[in-house]
Amino acid sequence: MSALDLARRPRVDIGADGAPAPRAARPAPPAAVLVSAAVLAVIALFVVWPGLFTSFDPVRSDVANSLQAPSAQHWFGTDRLGRDVWARVVYGARYSVLIGIAATAIGVVGGTIIGIGAGLSGAFVRGRAGRLLDEALTRVIDVLSSLPAILLAMLVVTFTGPGIGNIAVAIGIAGMPLYARVVRSQTMVVVRTDYVAHAAVYGRSRAAVLTEHVLPNGLTAVPVLAAIDIGTSILAVSGLSFLGLGPQPPTPEWGVMLSEARDILRIAPWAGIFPGLFITATVISVTVVGRWLQRAADRRIS
Amino acid sequence: MTAAAPAPAPLVQVASLTVDFASSSRRRAPRTRVVRDVSFAVRPGECVAIVGESGSGKSVTARTLLGLSGPLAHIEADRLEIDGRDARRFSEARWREVRGGTIGMVLQDALVSLDPLRTVGAEIGEVLHTHRIVPRAASRDRAIELLRQVGVPRPDERVDQHPHELSGGLRQRALIASAIAAEPRLIIADEPTTALDVTVQKQVLDTLQRRVDEGSGLLLISHDLAVVAGIADHVIVMRQGEVVEQGPAAEVLGSPREEYTRELLAAIPSRASRGFRLGRTEDGSAEPLPARAVEAQDTVLEAEGLRKTFGRGRRPATVAVDDVSFRVARGETLGIVGESGSGKSTVVNLLLGLTDPDAGSVRLAGEPWAPLPERERRRRRSAVQLISQDPLSSFDPRWTVERVIAESTRATGVTGSAARDRARWLLERVGLSSGVLERHPRSLSGGQRQRVAIARALAPDPRVLVCDEPTSALDVSVQAQVLDLLAEIQAEQGTSLVFVSHDLGVVHHVADRVVVMKDARIVEQGDVDDVFLRPREEYTRRLIDALPQAVSA
Amino acid sequence: MSAVAVDAPRRAGVHPILGVLARRVVSGIIVLWATATVAFWTLQLVPGSPVDILAGDMADAELREALAREWGLDLPAWQQYVDFLGRLVVGDLGQSYVQQQPVVSVLGDQLGSTFVLALAAGVLAVAIAVVLSTATVGRARVRRGVLSTLELVFVSVPVFWSGLLLLIVFSFQLGWFPAAGAGGVRSLVLPAVTLALPTAGLLSQVLRESMERTLTEPFIVTVRARGVRESLVVWRHALRHAALPGMTVLGSLAGGLLGGAVITETVFGRPGIGSISLQAVSNKDVPVVIGVVLLAAAVYVVVSTLLDLAYTLADPRLRGGAR
Repeated sequence: MSALDLARRPRVDIGADGAPAPRAARPAPPAAVLVSAAVLAVIALFVVWPGLFTSFDPVRSDVANSLQAPSAQHWFGTDRLGRDVWARVVYGARYSVLIGIAATAIGVVGGTIIGIGAGLSGAFVRGRAGRLLDEALTRVIDVLSSLPAILLAMLVVTFTGPGIGNIAVAIGIAGMPLYARVVRSQTMVVVRTDYVAHAAVYGRSRAAVLTEHVLPNGLTAVPVLAAIDIGTSILAVSGLSFLGLGPQPPTPEWGVMLSEARDILRIAPWAGIFPGLFITATVISVTVVGRWLQRAADRRIS
Repeated sequence: MTAAAPAPAPLVQVASLTVDFASSSRRRAPRTRVVRDVSFAVRPGECVAIVGESGSGKSVTARTLLGLSGPLAHIEADRLEIDGRDARRFSEARWREVRGGTIGMVLQDALVSLDPLRTVGAEIGEVLHTHRIVPRAASRDRAIELLRQVGVPRPDERVDQHPHELSGGLRQRALIASAIAAEPRLIIADEPTTALDVTVQKQVLDTLQRRVDEGSGLLLISHDLAVVAGIADHVIVMRQGEVVEQGPAAEVLGSPREEYTRELLAAIPSRASRGFRLGRTEDGSAEPLPARAVEAQDTVLEAEGLRKTFGRGRRPATVAVDDVSFRVARGETLGIVGESGSGKSTVVNLLLGLTDPDAGSVRLAGEPWAPLPERERRRRRSAVQLISQDPLSSFDPRWTVERVIAESTRATGVTGSAARDRARWLLERVGLSSGVLERHPRSLSGGQRQRVAIARALAPDPRVLVCDEPTSALDVSVQAQVLDLLAEIQAEQGTSLVFVSHDLGVVHHVADRVVVMKDARIVEQGDVDDVFLRPREEYTRRLIDALPQAVSA
Repeated sequence: MSAVAVDAPRRAGVHPILGVLARRVVSGIIVLWATATVAFWTLQLVPGSPVDILAGDMADAELREALAREWGLDLPAWQQYVDFLGRLVVGDLGQSYVQQQPVVSVLGDQLGSTFVLALAAGVLAVAIAVVLSTATVGRARVRRGVLSTLELVFVSVPVFWSGLLLLIVFSFQLGWFPAAGAGGVRSLVLPAVTLALPTAGLLSQVLRESMERTLTEPFIVTVRARGVRESLVVWRHALRHAALPGMTVLGSLAGGLLGGAVITETVFGRPGIGSISLQAVSNKDVPVVIGVVLLAAAVYVVVSTLLDLAYTLADPRLRGGAR
């Protein structure tokens, strides 16, 4: 008698035994990605070498020249205190960008640690204790996610006063749940995979399994997530500054510039349009490049 | 089957069908020819089967009859007639009338082929509404009637349930019900019994046979020659997009003309192929496998009274394994068969020491093996190795083949260049070139991956090799090669094999003794010929009866 | 750990929905308690004391003592914590340091305005997202590219800037909508649209990606093989599957809506929780700030509980089932 049943898994598509599958050619990045990368390069230059782009002082007032429309001399016009808006935009880049990166870094580190703890608690701590640990850490993630960055920052600032460091920490803490959740679910999946089980069959120690299999495979999503998240952080930084919780005037932070522009919007819209434009352009560029990196990473896996 | 009256007009008539797939939607994208010059016809009351391995183009051929080849397909044919009309000129609206109305389609594995968020009744109702078979108010009753027709018990309850609430066989029959709801004259079934247990498979095939008897045409796509043999009137054998041989089933399967067909039939493992290679030699004869030495007195692995339950807290626990005992002698192959839910997967985990039993024990070469703290087991791990069904998921996705094998050699203390030499030797032994070392398992074929898994498992010179459905996901010809390989290795090294499978034919081909499991318990065990040819238990008898008719090779 | 997936059959929960609800309520209470505790103890650790805030410029020691006693600030920290929790349980958020009113009434007046704004923005965001995603799913590349760029812009534009731009165009130039205030529906339009856009963009992305993934699943082939129109394939099947991750995302976006409301209210000069809390921050009116924080936490808990429930209702696979 004979029978050829296939098991429950869908059939693996196999070619003729022997011929290797051709390696897929790596496609060139589309135009949008190249443009975005160029924008980011320019912004980076704003940050490290603002003097290259303007000779005006971003902070010193010159009231005589206030509220001038954009012209050949003042490309973006001047604000209420006569300061050149273009110069303020250039010098302001460093605040949004650097604080944004710092905040993301805080979120990545904190969130990843919590996520690993929660994801591994089931596997490395036996039985009920393990599940309780996972529950507790998930509650921590819940508490952190119940507060949007703005309210968290407001809480911190009430106690400590406004400032750069405070909002970086606040945004960082508010960003932890994103990484914690992703890392937790990915590590949970990895711990239950066949290859981790096979490692046990070869008698590998738990430490070896952790360092060679679980962490490298569990954390793959983090770098790309962080790259895209920098955009979100920049939005948060400028938002908090807009509300007055971050760097204070006369710092040319982009969000601060927008809050100063709000009252004079009718008569000098340029003071509000340009800083916001640059925030948007930076965030879009970071997101486009980040997503392309994500697609490239996905392609490498499949 | 052949009546004296003139044959009825064919439901579909295909001549010189050729299908190319473009790699992208750009105008000048390169194309691959997937189906070449295929011709056939299906008449009412007739079952035509297309058999072939992966990449044969059988599914693509079937989809062209529904216009579901996708936007990247380029189809040419001398004739493509559906119900007498030229389908090459069909508009999308015309195709939609054909789909479900003239031709119904049944795919494999209803769990993923039915919308899991909708009830069975809603799914059937969708066909009824789309083709306006009955007014909306009457659709539930019609759905119940259709479920009854395909043999679903308590259809008035089942109609409001979701697919995951039904067992595999009921689900598949519900899928068939939705395919026939608009009374199409032709049914296309693409691997309809894959992923089903043997006994359930028989029920589904009977349902399809009834439709054929009632006058429908059936186009059956399958890789399983035995399944096809029981139901098909005509058989078409395809390979890499081309038709190798076609004709009445009795001829093609009984006295095939082409070598490929002969090879395919010969590669099916069964009692008849026991002791012989499944891959044929050049002149087509069967070569005997190297002899194995079985030391019946020397017990290498012994399970006693194993019991394992799952489920925590207040919920009633599921018993996965209950009072399971057996032994494996040196050099012996023990088969473990059972349908899904029988507990064989849990037994594998217990034998490997990946979970500890609630009761009972496992002994390895006389020494305790489970339950045991891991650190005491670790040094002896090399004695028991595992080959899983899906090798790709048992490899770290970031690793090359070299690293994958190194993880296993390292466990025996071999590192550095000695490890690489050993890896090369192992790869040669399993029939792969050492160039494979730098490759990623992803870029290898299924058969190659399984060989890498075997090489890795052999690295520590195990005494017992546990094989969990190792060939279930492979094509017949590839399965034949892998089974031959395992037999050779066993003869050389004297390794014992625990071969877990739901495929009775494979087990009959490889095993010396067999254990039959059902619902966590052992139903019967003993010499493989005794159990399969002279079964004592009712369940074993039912299992064997459910097998599709033997194919005379 | 097991090398082989074991098919442990799922038993039908007696009351799967009640079970989810119960678990969610319990964890919600824990979250609220944890937030309150963190808020309280952070306050204790901060240099300077509430007495300074209350006393203002007065340096008189006796007066400060009297003030401390009146506010219960002379009690040991543990005592204050217990009193604090006790008050919370009855819904008493304490007394504002600055406004000499219970925090509850300070917030209560403004709550309605913010709530209306957030709700309007949320509904609008879902509507925009559904339209945008179903229009782009599986369509020609150009159309898809344009609309997904639009999504990207929505997500990347800071709320305070888009609000200002909308003000410039629709309020100053065209005069269709008022520039500030809370009078009636017309003054709600611009703020609601501003607040809705980022959420709409993100939700649309999630919905579209999820629908496109669903459209590659095997059951879609079955649906198409029934002769169903492609638009119905999307609406009847793909959208419903996409709603599941959509709801998950919506939960995390709810907090963002609240935070965004604070900014939007500032841009448009709308009264609401936003202006109150900003004032409280600059005045160091701690009870009000803590009150807002707890309110946000409570909203989050309620929203995620409702979404969890909706998820269980929408996905029958989670309810288990008899075989």
